[in-house]
Amino acid sequence: MAGSISSVSSPDPVLALANIHKAFGGIVAIEDFSLDLHAGEIVALVGDNGAGKSTLVKIVSGVHRPTSGEIRLDGDPVSFSDASSARSLGIEVVYQDLALADQQPVYMNMFLGRELIKPPFGLLDRKRMHRECQQLVDELDVRIPSAGSVIRDLSGGQRQGIAIARATHWASKLVLLDEPTAALGVAETAKVEEQVASLKEKNLAILIISHSLDQVFRLADRICVLRRGQQIGVRETAKTDKNEIVSMITGVSGKS
Amino acid sequence: MTSSLSLLRRLDLQRSVIYVGFLAIFLFFAATLYDDGFLTSRNLTNIVLQTAPATIMAIGLVFALSAGEIDLSFGSVVAVSALSAAVVMQSFPMVVGILAGLGAGALIGAMNGILVAYLRLPSFLVTLATMGLFAGIARSMTDLRSIPVLNDTFTGIFGSGKLFSIPSLVLWTIFAVAIGHIVYRSTRFGAHVLATGDNARAAQVSGIKVPRIRLGVLTLCGTMAGLAGLLYAGRLQAAKYTLGESDLMTVIAAVIVGGTALNGGKGSIIGALLGSLLMGMLNNGLILMGLDVSDQMIVRGLIILIAVAVSLRDTSR
Ligand SMILES: Nc1ncnc2c1ncn2[C@@H]1O[C@H](COP(=O)(O)OP(=O)(O)OP(=O)(O)O)[C@@H](O)[C@H]1O
Ligand SMILES: [Mg+2]
Repeated sequence: MAGSISSVSSPDPVLALANIHKAFGGIVAIEDFSLDLHAGEIVALVGDNGAGKSTLVKIVSGVHRPTSGEIRLDGDPVSFSDASSARSLGIEVVYQDLALADQQPVYMNMFLGRELIKPPFGLLDRKRMHRECQQLVDELDVRIPSAGSVIRDLSGGQRQGIAIARATHWASKLVLLDEPTAALGVAETAKVEEQVASLKEKNLAILIISHSLDQVFRLADRICVLRRGQQIGVRETAKTDKNEIVSMITGVSGKS
Repeated sequence: MTSSLSLLRRLDLQRSVIYVGFLAIFLFFAATLYDDGFLTSRNLTNIVLQTAPATIMAIGLVFALSAGEIDLSFGSVVAVSALSAAVVMQSFPMVVGILAGLGAGALIGAMNGILVAYLRLPSFLVTLATMGLFAGIARSMTDLRSIPVLNDTFTGIFGSGKLFSIPSLVLWTIFAVAIGHIVYRSTRFGAHVLATGDNARAAQVSGIKVPRIRLGVLTLCGTMAGLAGLLYAGRLQAAKYTLGESDLMTVIAAVIVGGTALNGGKGSIIGALLGSLLMGMLNNGLILMGLDVSDQMIVRGLIILIAVAVSLRDTSR
């Protein structure tokens, strides 16, 4: 079959969005969005506040259902009933407003919704979760006092490090990051960018939302622009510049 | 210095408040009321027997508060459950009566739960309404009459009986606290309850079925109140609409003093047990001091106020 031959040269994209449309009641949040995302590729999603970026992430992560359009994972059409079905297919999200349980220890957050249990009674295996979490944060060089620390006692950078470590640990296909450095200082931002770049080395597909064009140009292979729910265009980072992206975002011609 | 600081952290100052407070009040009564027989094993056992229903209800409430919900209706549930069991046992075997009592509690809890979890009504308002609703139903069920419970096996199991010379109410307390503690600390359900109360959105995007957790904790609350109703009926050998009427403040105070956060995400079953025993000890000590009922109420109210203030101050750091 032709498909099997062509799949050698260009395998199915990890994520393929086709004609995604989303309306909340009367408000159209996403008009008509299509994008292919390949393994080992970082695509940045940019656009002004309210452009529909977070909505798009929530559609891919199963939080919202598209009003119409198709989502394919590795070529297979999928339909998520909720966040856990997307997770079980290897999609992980780092949310804009951190989705961490503040009063619980780091290791319980790492395993939130997927707690390890041990026989014979199926009780929580806290020791193992603590140990595995400690290994993971050490590997990723997230500097926290201990995997047993309570989230509330950590800094914003440390929290974001944990959210990303969690996504890294569980993702097998795709990581979505919604403004992962919005609240971080310079050093913490650099650290998070390092972590995102390392996701690429793990051959995951990555979609990152950011308002920092510097960051976008540092990290992304391609840049996709949204404006008021409309997909304005996709550019290869190497073949564009900030002026062009800015004018796509704002709708105002960059030439002065 | 740092090591002693982290040790303090690990002991969790906030939880240790209840241990220190418990010990302080115990020692105070032991010293001042020694001659009045506070320290006799008979009196101490009595305290545990009297607090058994409150402890059972407190366990349910720890789960509800930890999930970010509250139950105000459990006092009314106690009466409805006890009356249901007593009425049913007049014409049916004991087992049917027990099931009726627990079932009534579970049903009312589930009703609260469905309204809160699936219609997203605030649990404070829902259970405030069902508290009144079922207080009324308890009154009308038997026209304010009290129903005797004459089944000896029942009053043995839920009241005055003993096993290996340990009073059954003590056994119920130990059993409920042990199971409650394990479920709370060491099961996925417990972890999901805490996550839901801590950050419901985080829980939801992590695949936790948040509505099911909310339904679960409120049903548990109702069921525990049903069990408390059986314990009252067993000990008093009768059921009446007044049962559980005055437990609301005691149980909430016990749970808060025991280190459970009012707004979810944090709690302790052992703390709730100590909190409940503390309330019982206060009751008992104030009576032995010879205070009349109105003075008892005033002193108890003040002490609860102080205790709650101290434990909440600590929570918000
Ligand atoms: N649950 C919802 N119900 C109704 N409208 C919504 C909902 N979520 C988002 N919207 C609307 O959809 C539009 C896009 O919002 P979205 O959060 O996706 O923007 P964004 O691009 O992420 O913005 P920002 O950069 O500020 O995070 C907005 O007009 C918003 O009001
Ligand atoms: Mg957003």
